[in-house]
Amino acid sequence: MSKRYLLALYNNFDEAEAVVSELRNSDIKGFDAADDLVVKSPIEHPEVEEFLGEKPVKVQWFTLGGALTGGLLAFTLIAGSQASFYSQMKGGKPIVPIPPDLVLTYEMFILGGVYITVLGFLICAGLPARRSPLYSAKVSEDQIGILVKAEDGSVAKLREIFTKHKALEIQEEAGR
Amino acid sequence: MGKDIREDIAWAQINKDVLKSLESPRKLYWVILLVAIAMVGVAVGCEIYQYNVGLGVGNFDNPNVWGLYIATFIFWIGMSHSGTLLSAILHLMHADWRKPIYRFAEAMTTFSLMTAGLFVMVHLGRLWQVYYALPYPSERWVWPNFQSPLLWDAMAIFTYLSSSVLFLYIGSIPDLAICRDNIHQGWRKKLYSILALGWEGTDRQWRNFRITYLTVACFLIPLAVSVHSIVASDFAMSQQPGWHVTSFPPYFVAGALYSGCAAIITLFIILRYVFRFEEYMTLPILKKTVRLTFAIAMVWTYLNCIEFAATWYSHDEAAKAVLIEKATGRFAPFFWGMIFCGSVVPFALMVKKWQTSIPVMFAVSLLLNLGMWLERWMIVAPTFSHGYYPWTWDEHMWPSMVQWGIVFGSFGWFTLLFMVFCKVVPSVSMYEVKEMVYHRSLAKKKEEQAVKEELAAKGAN
Repeated sequence: MSKRYLLALYNNFDEAEAVVSELRNSDIKGFDAADDLVVKSPIEHPEVEEFLGEKPVKVQWFTLGGALTGGLLAFTLIAGSQASFYSQMKGGKPIVPIPPDLVLTYEMFILGGVYITVLGFLICAGLPARRSPLYSAKVSEDQIGILVKAEDGSVAKLREIFTKHKALEIQEEAGR
Repeated sequence: MGKDIREDIAWAQINKDVLKSLESPRKLYWVILLVAIAMVGVAVGCEIYQYNVGLGVGNFDNPNVWGLYIATFIFWIGMSHSGTLLSAILHLMHADWRKPIYRFAEAMTTFSLMTAGLFVMVHLGRLWQVYYALPYPSERWVWPNFQSPLLWDAMAIFTYLSSSVLFLYIGSIPDLAICRDNIHQGWRKKLYSILALGWEGTDRQWRNFRITYLTVACFLIPLAVSVHSIVASDFAMSQQPGWHVTSFPPYFVAGALYSGCAAIITLFIILRYVFRFEEYMTLPILKKTVRLTFAIAMVWTYLNCIEFAATWYSHDEAAKAVLIEKATGRFAPFFWGMIFCGSVVPFALMVKKWQTSIPVMFAVSLLLNLGMWLERWMIVAPTFSHGYYPWTWDEHMWPSMVQWGIVFGSFGWFTLLFMVFCKVVPSVSMYEVKEMVYHRSLAKKKEEQAVKEELAAKGAN
């Protein structure tokens, strides 16, 4: 059966929360709240996370990997370039002096951490992204959007739920 | 003290007001832009002349090999710390009053670092020799000295600049999406569509955004401290009298935060007027920034005293002679000017009535920055002119108009970049102001509810 997208717009988070709760508890054919429901909001709202249920964020793993790689890479490259002068007279000083090398290692630790965190953000947030099937500029202004994907036959039921909670506008489009 | 922001501002109104700033600023904006372009013209002219004739036209000689360029380089690096303070440190401390003003502070960080970077090349005279400071081997596979603070500096500034640009950009994505949705034609529409990366404010995007922003903020704080500590190491790790001081790194960091905060006050006042941001850049927020600046001014003053005391009691006669020379010799007016502007003028920030007086705060912030620029000059010049060997002393060298012209033009360059940025990217973060308004209105509702319940309980009794 073909899929359809529905976007309902709400005035405030309370209404959006009520809709999400009802959708999660409803038994709509071909609709799974975990995968087929997206909340779009103009601000970062911790309560959205609460009513949607906790979802893991993996950006920190990118951060850890990036920072460690940056630091190790820096130290290896610097120590390598210094070690290539092993035959030079150093006057008793170490060929690879650890304390001054730590400064650049530290800088590269941060550089790697920042770059890879940003890369991780883009991957985890799915950016750059194409426009989703339904989008309203009102979401970037002051309204909360609830986008759902469901089978054709469930559209009426979804519309009923949206309307019950005073949706300001409902948009519908055939899925891909 | 009044409210930082009105809780009843409609979110749509926030978008409208901020987007308007991208299209129709006051006429003063164009005046500032033209003056900035003229100032850049002066600097470009001086640089072309210096490039063709040689560094001698700057009146550099031996021992005065570092002049205004390095002093101004430190000044601009210091200026960049304000963005990190307002964005990262206050973000971690949940000080939400920073929200309407942190974006332009972040932009300040980026553009002041870009301006500082130029001075490294200007100072070299032969611009292409900048590669000696980059981790790149020569044709004989000789690498630069990785133990030199100058190389650390190049790397630290690159790290700080690129991380600040990313931090500024990531934090602007939701606002760029607002611009994309509200500007319907022309090059701006295309630009915002590309830069917004298809942001739609989904729960997945916000979730990852929050963690990313916080993580990068956490990285930026130690990075900012390391950058100015390394700049301080350029001096403190040398054997020059007056520079070999243990307290130099914290002294430099405090000075950086201080000049950054003072510059924030200046730009706050300019942007508030030019872009009609009176609703967002409010006087209570100015007051908080002023108080923060005063606190940092006192830290800087304390560290200054530490530096003087350390020199005075260290039995390092050469360093002591430099200090005496600064206070009584040719540099005395500038040295005492620095003390006056940096340590005495800040007491004006304590006067309650003046804390919200736009003209007074504008004048004070300019004086504070003058003091901080003088501080950097007083670190660089006196030491060179009064070194260890009396036969190298040269207190009569005065920077030529070429040096002054390039320093003057750098302010125009910074202003030009900054003002163009504010016209293209919203200088007030719309989504963060909405969050601020939302959370404050929730708090107000809760407060009213509690009062009602209390009254009801009293009535029942």
